[in-house]
Amino acid sequence: MPQINQLSDVLYSQLFWLLLTLAIIYFGIAKAMVPKIQSTVDARSARITDDLAAAEAARRGADATEEAYRARMAESRTEALKVTGAAKQESARATEARVAEADSVTREKVEAAEARLRAATVAALADIENVAAEAAQEMVAKLAGVNVGRDEAAGAVKAAMADD
Amino acid sequence: MAAESTIDPMHQFQIDSLAGELAGNPFAFTNSALWMLIVLGSIYLFMLGGMKRELVPGRWQVMVEGLTGFVTSMIDSSIGPEGRKYLPWVFTIFIFILFANLMGLMPFGVIPGVHPFTVTSQFTITGVMAIISFSIVLIVGFWRHGFHFFSLFVPHGTPKLLLPLIFLIELLSFLVRPFSLALRLFVAMIAGHILMKVFASFIVSGLNAEGATGPAVALLSFLFIAGVSALELLVAAIQAYVFALLTSLYINDAVNLH
Repeated sequence: MPQINQLSDVLYSQLFWLLLTLAIIYFGIAKAMVPKIQSTVDARSARITDDLAAAEAARRGADATEEAYRARMAESRTEALKVTGAAKQESARATEARVAEADSVTREKVEAAEARLRAATVAALADIENVAAEAAQEMVAKLAGVNVGRDEAAGAVKAAMADD
Repeated sequence: MAAESTIDPMHQFQIDSLAGELAGNPFAFTNSALWMLIVLGSIYLFMLGGMKRELVPGRWQVMVEGLTGFVTSMIDSSIGPEGRKYLPWVFTIFIFILFANLMGLMPFGVIPGVHPFTVTSQFTITGVMAIISFSIVLIVGFWRHGFHFFSLFVPHGTPKLLLPLIFLIELLSFLVRPFSLALRLFVAMIAGHILMKVFASFIVSGLNAEGATGPAVALLSFLFIAGVSALELLVAAIQAYVFALLTSLYINDAVNLH
């Protein structure tokens, strides 16, 4: 085995070159380059974490905005409902009032008309009595030859009409 | 014996000097040193692709970040928040072993004159790395806990009667750690490479043999090598992971004392 046969010959050379190589790797690469590479990796992962956090915050903000929007929407809807309800009630009340007013005006007119009608009826009835009394007077005068007083004739007519 | 190939499965572990006297000379530039530098260069080029530091990474940057993130999360999960101090060392051995293992498996041999050399198949290399890891464990353990560090060898709820025995066993298993750490990687590498070379020699001698069985054996060996190569790629990554994971677990013992 050359490793054993040559040991005494090559030991120092192997040691020297190995230690030289390892020292260069240790100080030149492991201590100088690796931390930079590692810091790049760390910076990248930090960046990714930050970006994710920012995205998460943005998402949460959007959620809050939407929530607020929904709340506002619900609030305005109830507000609108309230307003329309009030307006409806208001208009109903106004209509009722106007209807009542118109009603009373109509009733007055109707009552006036009825009063006039009654008066006219009374007047007509009185006319009929007069005419009937005169007719009765004349009929009595022609048939019986008796001149009946106007008041008598009127009383007889009234009695006859009351008999009906 | 005439048809026996001249492939020596152990020759790939031979260290030759490329510049300078080899014997006992610490500055001798060997093929092992060359491949360590090739590993270093490829690690540097690989890591350079991760230094673009773009917010949206390209494929290469993702690979590099995946590798550093892998080691970092391993440290975090096995040591905890204090583990980041030890990240450079664990990362160093992880990436060095990974690239050395993979470089040794790359088919550079198809280029004439190029002989890939697996640095981690030398127990001098794995041993030194294991000793450094073990030293870190010892230094950190005694630095942070003083003699209280020895309580690591006394598990909770040990009966008084068994205490000396348990202490000895725990101490022994603790002291064996650097050897197991070093030998595991060394053996895994050398075994895989010897296996591939042996079956490669079967291909050569099978093709040289007379009759129909020779080529059949060669074909079978070729298919086997293809499978073993895939397995060795897996082993290369797993051994780097195991070495780094065990190192971080041992450091965890020293930092947190169970």
